[in-house]
Amino acid sequence: MATKDIYYVPEGSKWPIFGSFALFVLFIGGALLFNGNTNAHTVLYIGVALVAYMFVGWFNDVIGESRSGKYSQQVDVSFRMGMGWFIFSEVMFFAAFFGALFYARMFSIPWLGGLGSGTATHEFLWSTFEAAWPLSVTPDPTNFDQPKDVIPAFGVPAINTLILLTSGVTVTIAHWALKANKRSTLNLWLAATVILGFVFVYFQAEEYAHAYGDLNLKLSSGIYGSTFYMLTGFHGFHVTMGAVMLLVILLRSFKGHFSKKDHFAFEAVAWYWHFVDVVWLGLFIFVYWV
Amino acid sequence: MSTLAHEHDHHHSPSGLKRWFFSTNHKDIGTLYLIFSLMMFFIGGAMAMIIRAELFQPGLQFVDPQFYNSMVTVHALIMIFGAVMPAGVGLANWMIPLMIGAPDMALPRMNNMSFWILPFGFALLISTLFMNGGGPAGGWTMYPPLVLQLGDAFPFLIFTVHILGVSSIMGAINIIATVFNMRAPGMTLMKMPLFVWTWVITAFLLIASLPVLAGAVTMLLTDKYFGTSFFSAAGGGDPVLFQHIFWFFGHPEVYILALPAFGIISTIIPTFSRKPLFGYASMVYATASIAILSFFVWAHHMFTVGMPIKGELFFMYATMLISVPTGVKVFNWMATMWKGAMTFETPMLFSIAFVILFTIGGFSGLMLGITPVDFQYHDTYFVVAHFHYVLLTGAVFALMAAVYYWLPKWTGYMYDEKLGKIHFWLSTIAANVLFFPQHFLGLAGMPRRIPDYNIQFADFNMISSIGGFAYGLSQLLFVYIVIKCALGGKKAKAQAWEGAKGLEWTVPSPAPFHTFETPPKLTKAMLEY
Repeated sequence: MATKDIYYVPEGSKWPIFGSFALFVLFIGGALLFNGNTNAHTVLYIGVALVAYMFVGWFNDVIGESRSGKYSQQVDVSFRMGMGWFIFSEVMFFAAFFGALFYARMFSIPWLGGLGSGTATHEFLWSTFEAAWPLSVTPDPTNFDQPKDVIPAFGVPAINTLILLTSGVTVTIAHWALKANKRSTLNLWLAATVILGFVFVYFQAEEYAHAYGDLNLKLSSGIYGSTFYMLTGFHGFHVTMGAVMLLVILLRSFKGHFSKKDHFAFEAVAWYWHFVDVVWLGLFIFVYWV
Repeated sequence: MSTLAHEHDHHHSPSGLKRWFFSTNHKDIGTLYLIFSLMMFFIGGAMAMIIRAELFQPGLQFVDPQFYNSMVTVHALIMIFGAVMPAGVGLANWMIPLMIGAPDMALPRMNNMSFWILPFGFALLISTLFMNGGGPAGGWTMYPPLVLQLGDAFPFLIFTVHILGVSSIMGAINIIATVFNMRAPGMTLMKMPLFVWTWVITAFLLIASLPVLAGAVTMLLTDKYFGTSFFSAAGGGDPVLFQHIFWFFGHPEVYILALPAFGIISTIIPTFSRKPLFGYASMVYATASIAILSFFVWAHHMFTVGMPIKGELFFMYATMLISVPTGVKVFNWMATMWKGAMTFETPMLFSIAFVILFTIGGFSGLMLGITPVDFQYHDTYFVVAHFHYVLLTGAVFALMAAVYYWLPKWTGYMYDEKLGKIHFWLSTIAANVLFFPQHFLGLAGMPRRIPDYNIQFADFNMISSIGGFAYGLSQLLFVYIVIKCALGGKKAKAQAWEGAKGLEWTVPSPAPFHTFETPPKLTKAMLEY
């Protein structure tokens, strides 16, 4: 509830409208790229640069305000709620892709294979199709890249699970160190977390190269490849973002930012890191394992 | 009164372009939202006029079928995402901080970004009409495989949806943080005005449903450009999957448009009945129930697509269940008016019309929700009539009511009551002439999204078009009334309406640039809505 402090309402800022314009340029670049326009790359890169500049500039302002003590307890709560609900919206974004995975595994493939009310579907569409998961042979095999094999759960994915779980522990140890005001312990464990994050991304990239090149498992390998790459791909993108965020927090920590009481930016990134961790567990179980 | 407002001007008030482009003021951003949504209302409305002109007579008159379908598609996208939603967010921006005694929205800069994304987003959308292959023409629901046939406009359509989603999610997060963190001491949750309640529940719907839409259109994008098979049976996916994901977003979206309207009506009817709202707590619980149930009814939009019978039955019964909390609301509004000392100023007229006409739309929705009969109504003009009753004479009428109700607080002047009443009667008569015959057209079998039709439908279509033109023209009167009110007129008191309750009426009219910089002291009388 409200404190007696005056709530900090910032003066006008150029970043919101600048950011909107940056997104606009970015999306135009992306759309032109899909349409095969020759200038698409230029527009896209300008868009990326503008978005990056917006993030740097906007966060710079916020960090400056925070460091100069403009934020009351109540402002802190607003930031916490903002980050929490942002993460929830990300959960719902992943839910769409998990929904697609479950629908394919529980409904569309069994129906195409003739189960339940799918008898006629099976008979009249692709009567030779056999329902299976992982799905290597698609109902219409002619237009899809048939994978030789899929990635087994208990190889690199299991190692990656351990890496991410460990990084969840290291970031928590770093948090404890921060709260106990042990700065060098904080920096050490935070650095370990950043390294684990990037190692995960590296392993994932290696795995992609193996799957794409050696196993012929592609986005165009039917629904298995589609769900596999979209789920792990968006997750990998989020891990990369999370690792970059952790890196920024590490650099700020080197500069002596954060106090044992006041370090919301650290916590927000830690929350985000736990979120990508939990999503990975879902992926490991439902994409790789069962 | 003004002791509560604390107008010591230690922030300088910005001026010129910077004031609007760089704004962090909830009132200015609210104004931007409202003006933008009015502009979109007229752009989307112009498209509706093209549609009604084409349907005035059977045969092809003015536009080719492809362009007609673009008009149908873009009209829907603009009205939903450009007119009704931003108008609701604009009202939330203006009124929520005033209603809960907060100095501003919780995250003022993000608030400005939520707004400024919109003009860029709609620039993307409207530009598609001039591209190779034409604008999006497969319906606003973007069903594959049809939507995948779109030309150069396709990625622009997808990215429009993404960018508007970003805007709405940021807006929703801001509203949640504002309501849960910025209330004046003593403003407990169950003492909040109902408009605040309906908006915070709407914000939860936005955060939970829009990312799902973003996921769905992302899958469309990869299906078209990266060879994925989400919506292709040949690869093991299913085009019906898109409909499931889309309507998992789409049905909560219906309540995103409707719940703020419920909040507005629950504010205005007590004012002009001079009685507190009947059943405040039940209104809160009914709103929450509607919101929760809205996530379990999506497949009633796709009864004819070929679902297992158990699915059809589940979604039918779940849909029927929603009529219970909705009924609670309608009866509460009636009970509020019962034996009240009622007067009929323009906001009240629009509110009463809302209760009657939204209920008609609700009943036709009930008919559509019954699986076996939906097989007759599906994709006919009956559906068009249904959702225009709930969205135009429902949501838009409530927004009109809200504008008339709060205009004195925004501008400091009373609007011209006589013109307001004329606008109300013209709108109400025209909207019914426009949409009521469409029920008959649908029951007789006229399909949606078709530029030409059988000669047997000619008479009702002509009547409907005349109503459409009349409705479109009478909205020009609304613009005139608003501009006239902004420029001057009878001075509005802080308490502009005799029976109005709530904190927003304790600050002067027009509301000063900064309000409640220190939290107000609440008295019991202020909270008796």
